[in-house]
Amino acid sequence: MNHAVAPQAMNSLVIRSNNRISTLMLTALGLGGILLVALGSVLIGDRGITMDFSARMLAPSWQHWFGTDQFGHDMLARTLHGLSLSLNVGLITAALSTAIAVVLAMLAATGGRWADAVVSFLIDTTLGLPHLMLLILIAFALGGGTTAVIIAVTLTHWPRLTRILRAEILQVRSAEYVQASRQFGKSWWYIGRHHLLPHLLPQTLVGFTLLFPHAILHEAALTFLGFGLEPGKPAIGTLLADSMRYLMAGNWWLGLFPGLGLLLLVLSFDAIGNGIRKLTDPRLSEV
Amino acid sequence: MTSSLRYTLTRLLRLVLVLAAVAVVAFSLAKLSPIDPVDAYLGPDVARVGPEQRALIAEKWGLNQPPIEQFSHWARNLLSGDLGFSMTYNAPVAEVLASRVLASLPLMGLAWLLSGLLGFVLGILAGAYSGSLLDRVIRVYSFVLASTPTFWLAILLLVMFSVSLQWTPVCCAAPPGMLADEVSLWQRLHHLLLPLATLTLLGVAQIALHTRAKMVEIMQSDYALYARAQGASRLDIALRHGARNAALPALTVLFASIGELFGGSVLAEQVFAYPGLGRATVEAGIRGDIPLLLAITLFMTLLVSSGNMIADLLYRLVDPRMRQAETLEWSQP
Repeated sequence: MNHAVAPQAMNSLVIRSNNRISTLMLTALGLGGILLVALGSVLIGDRGITMDFSARMLAPSWQHWFGTDQFGHDMLARTLHGLSLSLNVGLITAALSTAIAVVLAMLAATGGRWADAVVSFLIDTTLGLPHLMLLILIAFALGGGTTAVIIAVTLTHWPRLTRILRAEILQVRSAEYVQASRQFGKSWWYIGRHHLLPHLLPQTLVGFTLLFPHAILHEAALTFLGFGLEPGKPAIGTLLADSMRYLMAGNWWLGLFPGLGLLLLVLSFDAIGNGIRKLTDPRLSEV
Repeated sequence: MTSSLRYTLTRLLRLVLVLAAVAVVAFSLAKLSPIDPVDAYLGPDVARVGPEQRALIAEKWGLNQPPIEQFSHWARNLLSGDLGFSMTYNAPVAEVLASRVLASLPLMGLAWLLSGLLGFVLGILAGAYSGSLLDRVIRVYSFVLASTPTFWLAILLLVMFSVSLQWTPVCCAAPPGMLADEVSLWQRLHHLLLPLATLTLLGVAQIALHTRAKMVEIMQSDYALYARAQGASRLDIALRHGARNAALPALTVLFASIGELFGGSVLAEQVFAYPGLGRATVEAGIRGDIPLLLAITLFMTLLVSSGNMIADLLYRLVDPRMRQAETLEWSQP
C-alpha cells in the first residue's frame, strides 16, 4: 500500500492511514455488531417478554441499562428482540429481492430489446411511486402482518440493484471473450451461466448486503405506521410507536434506545457492504 | 436537438403509461385488501347495521359489480375529474387532496430547497478540502444520517425541543382549538419548525455525499491542477470551477429524491401529528378509505415520475456521453 506511487494520492495534502486495515476493522466491527444482536437475543430468552409490574417506567440504571416500559419490560432485552426480528425479516427480504434483481437483470441484458423494454418499464413503474407509498399499498392489500411486510419489502427493493446489474452485464456482454464464445455458437443461456454470473457475484453480494439496511429501515417504518408486524411483537417499529404515548411525560429512554439500536444495526450492514466492495475492488481500496 | 426532442416525447409517453400502470396496480391492490370497505366505513356501528342495509350501501357504492366494471367506472370518473368521496374526512377526495397538499407544500417544498442548498454547500466544502477534518465531519454526518430512521430522528427532536426544552409545540400545524384564519404566520412557522428540521437534516446527507464525490473528481482533474499551479486556492477552484460542474449532478439527485422526501414526510407528519398529505395517506390506509388512498397514490406518482423524468433529462443535458451510450448499447450483437 505505498501511496507515494499512486498518482491520485499526490494531490492529497494529508498522509492517509492504511485504508485496507481500517476498512477491514470497520467490516469486522459491523460483523461483530450483527453477531452480538443474533447471539444476544438468543441468550436473553424470554426476558423483556414477561411483565414485571414492580419495575414499571424506570429510567436507565445499572440494573436496566435501557430503562423499563409501562409493563416493566426491560428495554435492553426488548430492543435486542426487536433487532433480531429486524435481522430475520431483513435476511429473508434482502435475499428474495436480490434474487429478483439477478433474474430480471439477466433477462433485460440478454433477452433482447423487448425483454429489456419490459424490465425497464417495470423498474420505471416501481420507482415512479414513492417507495413508502408502494409499501403501504402492498401491506394494505395483504392486510398487514409479518408475511405482508416481507412481501411488500421484497417486491419494492429490487429496482436499483437490477439497474446496476443490468449495466454490469451489458458491459461484460460486449467484452471480447463473450463475443468469442458467442461466435463459437454458445447460447445466451450458456453464456449467462458460465461468463456472466461469476462476474456478477461480487456485485450481487455487495448489493445484497447494502439491501439489508434499506429493508430493515422500511420494515421498521411500516411497522411504526401501523401497517407492519403485529402489535404484540417487540419489533423496533412497535416499540417506537408505543413510546410516542409516554414521551410527553418525559420517558425519553423509550424513544431513544430502540432507534439507536436500529441505527447501529443499519450502520453495521453498511460497514460490511462497503468493506466487501472496497476489498474486492482494488480501484476503490486506494481512495 | 431532434434526438433530444424525441427522447423527451418518448419520456412523456412513458410517463402516461406509468401512470396508467400504477392506476391498474393500485386499484388491484386496493381490491385485494381483506379490509371490507363497508365495515371500515361503519366502524364501531357495524353491530347495529343489518345485512339489508349493508347490501344497500354496497350497491350504492357499486361494490356488487365485478371488479373490471368497478375499475372502468372509477377510471371514467377520474378522467372526468371526479375523484370520489373520502369517508375518513367526510368530504370529496378532491377537496381533501387540495387542503392536504396545501398543508404539506410548505413542509416538503422548504425541506427540498433547504436540503438541496445546504447539502450542496457542504458537499462542495467537503470535496474541496477532502481528507481534512471538515471533510471527515461532513462525511461521518452524511453516512450516519443516511442510515437514520426518519421517525426516530423526529422522535429525538420532539423529546429534545418540545418536551425537555419546550421551545417548540408538541403537535399539529396550529395551536389546538384555533380556526384556520386566526393562525398567524409566525405560529404556522413555529409548528413547521421541527418537521422541517427532520426532513432537512436527513435530506442534506444524500446531496452532500453526491456533490462531494463529484467535487473530489473535479479537484483531481487537469484543469483544477492547472489552476492550482497558477496559484489559485482550493476555495477559488471549488467556487469558480467546481460549483458549476457539480451543480447539475446535485440537481439531478435532488429531482430524483422527491419520492424519498414524501416517504420522510409521511413519517415526520405521523410523529408530529402534522395534518398534511402524509398523515392523510396513513389514515386512508388504516381506515380502508380506498378513493383517497388511490388519489394520493396517483398524485404522488405524477410528482415523483415527473421528478425522475426531469432528473434523466438533466443528466443527458450535462453529460453528452449519456446520449451516445443509448445508441451504442444495442448496436452490438
